Amino acid sequence: MKQFLIFVKKEFMHIFRDSRTILILLLMPAIQIILFGFALSNEVKNIDIAIYDQSHDAASRLVIRKISESPYFNLVASVDNLNDANKLLQSGKAKVVAVFESNLYNKILHEGRGSVQIITDGTDPNTSNAVTRYVQAIIGEAQLDMTHIALPVTAELSMLYNPQMKSSYSFVPGVMGMILMLICAMMTSISIVREKEVGTMEVLLVSPMKPIYIILSKAVPYFTLSLVNLTTVLLLSVFLLGVPISGSIFWLIIVSVIFILVALSIGLLISTLVDTQVAAMLISGLVFMMPVMLLSGMIFPVENMPFILRAIVQFIPAKWYILAVKKLMIQGLPVGYVLTEISVLVGMAVVFTTISLKKFRIRLA
Amino acid sequence: MSKGFSDREKVIEVSGLTKKFGNFTAVDNISFDVYKGEIFGFLGANGAGKTTAMRMLCALSIPTSGTALVANFDTMRESDKVKSNIGYMSQKFSLYEDLKVWENFRLFGGIYGMNEKEIAEKSNLMLDELGFMSEKETLVKSLPLGWKQKLAFSVAIFHKPRVVFLDEPTGGVDPSTRRQFWELIYKAAHDGITVFVTTHYMDEAEYCDRVSIMVDGRIDALDTPRNLKIKFNVEGMEGVFLKLARGANRKEI
Repeated sequence: MKQFLIFVKKEFMHIFRDSRTILILLLMPAIQIILFGFALSNEVKNIDIAIYDQSHDAASRLVIRKISESPYFNLVASVDNLNDANKLLQSGKAKVVAVFESNLYNKILHEGRGSVQIITDGTDPNTSNAVTRYVQAIIGEAQLDMTHIALPVTAELSMLYNPQMKSSYSFVPGVMGMILMLICAMMTSISIVREKEVGTMEVLLVSPMKPIYIILSKAVPYFTLSLVNLTTVLLLSVFLLGVPISGSIFWLIIVSVIFILVALSIGLLISTLVDTQVAAMLISGLVFMMPVMLLSGMIFPVENMPFILRAIVQFIPAKWYILAVKKLMIQGLPVGYVLTEISVLVGMAVVFTTISLKKFRIRLA
Repeated sequence: MSKGFSDREKVIEVSGLTKKFGNFTAVDNISFDVYKGEIFGFLGANGAGKTTAMRMLCALSIPTSGTALVANFDTMRESDKVKSNIGYMSQKFSLYEDLKVWENFRLFGGIYGMNEKEIAEKSNLMLDELGFMSEKETLVKSLPLGWKQKLAFSVAIFHKPRVVFLDEPTGGVDPSTRRQFWELIYKAAHDGITVFVTTHYMDEAEYCDRVSIMVDGRIDALDTPRNLKIKFNVEGMEGVFLKLARGANRKEI
């Protein structure tokens, strides 16, 4: 036990003496949270819009005024023919053009219908979709103002759990999964493989130190660091991004600790498979990080993936973790709803640890 | 070299030691004894089975058959006791570069179960002997290679093991540093630590009390350097080595 503590101390010294690494490890989570929270949002704002108004009456003016007042739009030009409108779209000066037909007000009053054409740049389908919805909403509002008659049936949208449709709600669990995986899996495997590469591992194996202690003592500092990062990420999300922790903090932390253990065991597994630090970095980066980002449902919804990908996704630990965090943190569900996720993660931790300890022992024989 | 080792205590006793990897016999039924305080040279071309044999003696690898007793403990059944009684220095330089000189001593002393006081006294003593006292607080990575190697050796014998295994300890250093290194080896042997050393340098083989030469997994020659030279009728150890290696079937790896 005393040997173990001496060893853990040594591991901490390695980390703290490497000032660049420690800086990256502690700052990266904060930077990622801030990046994903503010810069990389999939909300669409400040869209450059151009107007082609053939009507110039009360109806079109009302809609245009509402558009220019909206935080979503940025009125860049008013044109008087379709050619100019096209040019604006082509040059990228406008992302969307709203074309008002002539006599709009009269048509609405007498025929009960009028039309506004919305032309968007389809190369960016997400923005196009959002823009169309925004313009529709504005027109609907203007219509209500003018006629004081609401549409016979209106859909009352109510976004559960995320009423303001903030994208940080969906990114925070993803970033948590990514950071914990990165620190635990990548850093643990690199630090073990480094000893193999440098040659100190041989000396340790010849010593009376038990191999399992060597491995465990490697995991302790990264486990601790992960807890620090987990705290940073949670504090930043709550106080900076305004993402609430709706459910039990206790269970959120328990689930995170289980996920950290899974990531550590993956790190151990990688370290038994490769002999160079570069290989360890590539494997943890390509095989474990990329799927976490692309397949865990953090960016692209799992439900939309083809069957094979959906099957693969089931084996990605981060997918289960992100799901659990969404339920516990954002939806505020009681722990009963995440039992599946918890048991899958525990199972993964057990399997990976068993395999890596077995492999480590085989290497010794 | 007629120190008369044979009547002294045996520290390593190997009999019929064999290691097979599938159909390949890496170490083929080797037997030899090493005596207390002896400097035992373990020579052989690359791929002759030196490393595999040494790994078995260090209880890192399990023999297919045969036994090895190191410091009177069986490497198979009492590997823990074997490990506490040996020191090891690998051909790769093996200290922690981001730890200070004394921290390396403290770490390895701690691993071998020495207490803080022992460690402090011993490291001061060793640093003093090496003339390294001024570098006590220096990070190992800023030391020149020759110093690192001397330091690695001091760390390997820090816990006063019965045997120290040196795997090509002087690779890549200049001849004068190598001589200084061998002075340390002599001193350790004088203090009763048995030295088991593999080397590529034939001039170093001359410094050993006895030398064994492995060819194709077998030990083809084992005697004092002087007797070997007489037996093979050559000038230096280089000649002995070449005559034996000529009979090798395995290619150099």
